[in-house]
Amino acid sequence: MILAQGLRKSFGEFEAVKGIDVDVRRGEAFGFLGPNGAGKSSTMRMVAAVSPVSGGTLRILGMDPATDGPQIRARIGVCPQEDTLDLELTVRDNLFVYGRYFGLPRKEVRERVDELLEFVQLTEKAGSMVEDLSGGMKRRLTIARSLINRPEVLLLDEPTTGLDPQARHVVWDRLFRLKQQGVTLVLTTHYMDEAEQLCDRLVVMDNGRIVAEGSPLTLIAEHSTREVAELRFGVGEHEAIAAKVEDLADRVEVLPDRLLLYTADGEETLAKVHERGLEPVASLIRRSTLEDVFLRLTGRTLVD
Amino acid sequence: MSSSAPTNVVAGAARLLDYWAIVYRRTWKGSAISSFVNPLFYVLAMGVLLGDYVEGDPAKLEGATSYLMFIAPGLLAAQSMQTVFGEVTYPVMGMVKWHKTYFGMTASPLSVREVILGHLGFVMFRVGLTCGVFVLVMAPFGVFATVWGAVLAFLVQFLVGLAFATPLYGLSAGLKDESPFALVFRLGMMPLFLFSGAFFPIDNLDPWLATFAKATPLWHGVDLTRMLTLDTVDVSTALVHIAYLVVLAVLGWFWAVRRLTKRMVG
Repeated sequence: MILAQGLRKSFGEFEAVKGIDVDVRRGEAFGFLGPNGAGKSSTMRMVAAVSPVSGGTLRILGMDPATDGPQIRARIGVCPQEDTLDLELTVRDNLFVYGRYFGLPRKEVRERVDELLEFVQLTEKAGSMVEDLSGGMKRRLTIARSLINRPEVLLLDEPTTGLDPQARHVVWDRLFRLKQQGVTLVLTTHYMDEAEQLCDRLVVMDNGRIVAEGSPLTLIAEHSTREVAELRFGVGEHEAIAAKVEDLADRVEVLPDRLLLYTADGEETLAKVHERGLEPVASLIRRSTLEDVFLRLTGRTLVD
Repeated sequence: MSSSAPTNVVAGAARLLDYWAIVYRRTWKGSAISSFVNPLFYVLAMGVLLGDYVEGDPAKLEGATSYLMFIAPGLLAAQSMQTVFGEVTYPVMGMVKWHKTYFGMTASPLSVREVILGHLGFVMFRVGLTCGVFVLVMAPFGVFATVWGAVLAFLVQFLVGLAFATPLYGLSAGLKDESPFALVFRLGMMPLFLFSGAFFPIDNLDPWLATFAKATPLWHGVDLTRMLTLDTVDVSTALVHIAYLVVLAVLGWFWAVRRLTKRMVG
């Protein structure tokens, strides 16, 4: 569906995407993970056939965005990071006019609008001005709008950023249904739970490059251990204690308030820590998550 | 029927028809007063009431036999300009910056040129409507020497409007924020309105200033319109006016496409 080889994007001197290879297959949900500024959105804008490729090759549905941009855009759906809805138009009119941009006859658009309002649970809001909708409703409307042309591929740039937990779950539920209907989903996110929930495969991007690739489970297996023991000691003691337990885990990470011991068996590791006469104030054994992988690969330093 | 890419720019722009129709249905009341009532007030106050004090000497009024006949075509061309200034400044910035409506449009099969053409099409609709009403209202006052002159004077307003619309669109498409618009209106539109020969014969100006005023697009629009309404057409001068306005509209179009593309595609 989407094939990128050595794909690059630069803005003047700044190189946002530094040569990535991606192959998205029909029917899968594919995720781009990464911190802010990793190059996810730049990649998405190239895939959406709105931003020209600076280098490498890109094929979407077998077409080249440099020459077939409008043809590609006719067959994909785009849910941008910022809602680009017309605030002064009603919910229904927003969908209706958008359908017309795709060259669909009025009657057909009207039918699709009714279906989509139902699908995103906005039927009752059909006559409301978009201005008056909540953030979650606007997002659902943007998703409905991106489906008006019955796209084969749906691109979602941070689909649930800024939504409350209830609204996020509604969006996930709708995306999951689309996936079941066979729509290929490509999304960017910096929420690990979102990636674990939705993605069959994902790549982790950092600083314009892909640093890891695979299913959520294989990424955890490759880049983290099965379990993590989180140990809390007194303030200021963590550095010194880390040195004493280094050999008990595959990897030890020191945080200001706790130690993370990456290990295959957390309980066993914790027992060994106790054997050495170290008594943590609190301890927690948990499974490794994608978040551990993400922080391992992209670091804990804040990037703005 | 399934979604498709438009076969040409005009077909693409036509897909925006329903959008603009809905926008106009929602906003027409707000623009009705400035479009239909204000011009009439101007004609009454300046043309009829003030004009009563002006001697209707054709030798001094570029061939008009009354001040009302002199000022009517000037106000018509100025009305085209003002409509365009209103439609192609803040609304363009709103769609590119505040609401990002254009970004939604270009995520569909439509491209930047089609989006611009669609928007300019709507602006021309507004020009046509306000000027059409103006011409109809003015007709009973006897300001048109011939019917054909009135029809042609109406038609050239699309050219006058476009000559302002495309360059102004280019300006608006690239601006980072709206503060320069205040200057555009106060130092651009107002002096053009007052000193481009709409209210007084341009040669009343100091010769140096008159030369400067004759270089402005509104003067070309006013003089062309006035030739048509007074039936005093000088073909070669008219052709110069038309050529000037066409060149401005065409250059403005390319500039507008370039600026909006740069803004939106990066």
